[in-house]
Amino acid sequence: MGDAEIIPIGTRGRPGRGTGSSRPSSAARSLAAGGKPAAPASATRAAPAKKAPPKKAAPPKQAAEPAVDLPADVQRAPTTTRDRGPMSGIPAADWLSAINHGAREVFGEQWEPQLAQFLAFLRRRVAGDFTVDEYGFDREITERFLMATLRPIAEKWFRVEVRGAENIPAEGGALVVSNHSGTVPVDGLMTLVSIHDHTGRFLRPLGADLVFKMPFVSTLARKSGATLACNEDAERMLRGGELVGVWPEGFKGIGKPYAERYKLQRFGRGGFVSAALRTGVPIIPLSVVGAEEIYPLVGNVPSLARLLGLPYIPITPFFPLLGPLGLVPLPSKWLLEFGEPIRTDEFDAGAADDPMLVFNVTDQVRETIQQTLYSLLMKRQSVFR
Amino acid sequence: MGSAGRVVLVTGVSRDLGRRFARAAAADPAVDRVIGVDAVPPHGDIGDVSFVRADIRNPVIAKVIVKEDVDTVVHMSVIATPGSAGGRNTMKELNVIGTMQLLAACQKAPGLERLVVKSTTTVYGASSRDPAMFTEDMEPRRAARAGYAKDVAEVESYVRGFARRRPDVAVTLLRAANVIGPRVTSPLTSYFRLPVIPTVLGHDPRLQFLHERDLIEVLRHAAVNDVAGTFNVAGDGILILSQAVRRLQRPTVALPPFAVGGVGSALRSARLADFSPEQIDLLTYGRGVDTTRMRTGLGFEPAYTTAEAFADFGLTLTPTGGRAEKLLARMARSLPEPAPVSSALPQPVPGGVDHG
Repeated sequence: MGDAEIIPIGTRGRPGRGTGSSRPSSAARSLAAGGKPAAPASATRAAPAKKAPPKKAAPPKQAAEPAVDLPADVQRAPTTTRDRGPMSGIPAADWLSAINHGAREVFGEQWEPQLAQFLAFLRRRVAGDFTVDEYGFDREITERFLMATLRPIAEKWFRVEVRGAENIPAEGGALVVSNHSGTVPVDGLMTLVSIHDHTGRFLRPLGADLVFKMPFVSTLARKSGATLACNEDAERMLRGGELVGVWPEGFKGIGKPYAERYKLQRFGRGGFVSAALRTGVPIIPLSVVGAEEIYPLVGNVPSLARLLGLPYIPITPFFPLLGPLGLVPLPSKWLLEFGEPIRTDEFDAGAADDPMLVFNVTDQVRETIQQTLYSLLMKRQSVFR
Repeated sequence: MGSAGRVVLVTGVSRDLGRRFARAAAADPAVDRVIGVDAVPPHGDIGDVSFVRADIRNPVIAKVIVKEDVDTVVHMSVIATPGSAGGRNTMKELNVIGTMQLLAACQKAPGLERLVVKSTTTVYGASSRDPAMFTEDMEPRRAARAGYAKDVAEVESYVRGFARRRPDVAVTLLRAANVIGPRVTSPLTSYFRLPVIPTVLGHDPRLQFLHERDLIEVLRHAAVNDVAGTFNVAGDGILILSQAVRRLQRPTVALPPFAVGGVGSALRSARLADFSPEQIDLLTYGRGVDTTRMRTGLGFEPAYTTAEAFADFGLTLTPTGGRAEKLLARMARSLPEPAPVSSALPQPVPGGVDHG
């Protein structure tokens, strides 16, 4: 390397660093030619060392030309790198074969039609040529990206085991009521993908208004089929024959301390029951075991939570301590059990406005889930197996 | 009243939609005469419509109604932007005082049979606590405190009061979704006409549109048919903002919520677009309205869906972006070729896929 050469201090009459002239002045050349043998050598070394790095290929030659004229022991200038640019040396054919090979690796032998198909999909997305339903549900994105991302997590990380999937009706409206836990609503996502994989139906979750207030989360929630947990939306979806998911414990359930795991919290005012009663759809109790252990909540910062307008700021054994690494959920073993559907179409027309009846049905659902949770916990060998 | 045909009084004919509705009403065989009223003369051709220059904020309007023997009043002069009218105060006066005077005049007119008021779905507001689809019976989750939304809420309450006082008059309140079309100038159309469209970071609102022709058609329908009540009017289906912008092939810039207000007021002072607080809410949380009652009660079917109305609007705009789409299109064209792809084109493939 030219930089490694010894460059004498001072310029000895030759254009030094930063003089800006490309060639030595005539005075300097005459000096160099007639001078001591040390001078020309250093002249040839110094000049290219200065010139070569910025330009490539041609300029070094040109700069080295004076050296050719020189007599005596002229070594070749050590700075003759021709391919300083990282890409310039790779011929097009190599590129082509690399891409070809890569495409085969990714898309298999039939990579061309596959890629064409993928491109068509991308073009549809980029041109906005897709449809969403009235709640903002984007089926294509949910199926191709959200489900595809969640599936390996459900299968490999949490090893979700589903029981009683046959209790979910193949068509028509139904209300899935589940316990809520895990600090972050991962249980909702896992339920989403498990139901889709076992029945082919999309669960339409009902979310708190905080979900629709938060940037990014709101967009993702709407696109994946969620809507606000209010009676109007729940009834509208159920009438439309959707499979609706609801977590009546809300933040009380998801943000409860680890010590209270698997103890169901209050089930709100039973709004979900009156929605089911009004629309006459079955209620399917769902018990999720495993979500409690993913982020064991051991502490909370209520004042900071109030400041940020959040229901709680979780402290887990790992979360603020290990930074982002603490966000990785613990790989607990999950069991999902769908219970027997509870029919609501046998009640009278005014049943939804009878608070006593609504509370009774709410309690029945809550009891079912609680009992199933206990029995599932007995079946599980340990938290992680 | 006379069976010969209806005598229709239209307010707000100086603006494009008002003028065009007045002409459409005049062309209707069930309508005998159309009287257009506004404080300033209309710009375009008003055809058979007879124009009366009168300010609806002034009691003179009562004399016009009685003298001309009007039996149908179509109130279209509730405006969304101060625009040419002046400042916000003028706008509010025009909307609220104008409606009050007009309704007072209507109350004194014994021959009046029908009142049609063009309202807007803005009355429902837009917030994170909204149901997905508003029906006519629902209230906004948060009452509007200022601006157009509050004006409309007040106008509607006056109209409801009028309906109680004059049960013999058929009152139709049409809550139209955002009207869009090649010739519409509204806060939302000027927003979509911006060369680079600012969006609220992390939010992708649902939008519903009504084509301008459908608006004129539904007003005509309500003016000549025997209907009464409150109806949401919107094209079928939903577009989300990102989808709408991509269909226009316009680049977007996502701004954090706190910056949107600043950029909005800068654009407003540059007179490029009008970002009112209710429009920012709409662009953050979106809104959908249920149109079941429009079909069953009103018996009206819009000719354009939301997507078609938006496409018709988009025809008049030149795309300023859409480079990714073109790149993908070029790649897609080059792909079906058998044998190794030509050496010039495959190189953008990995890059294009990643960035597309």
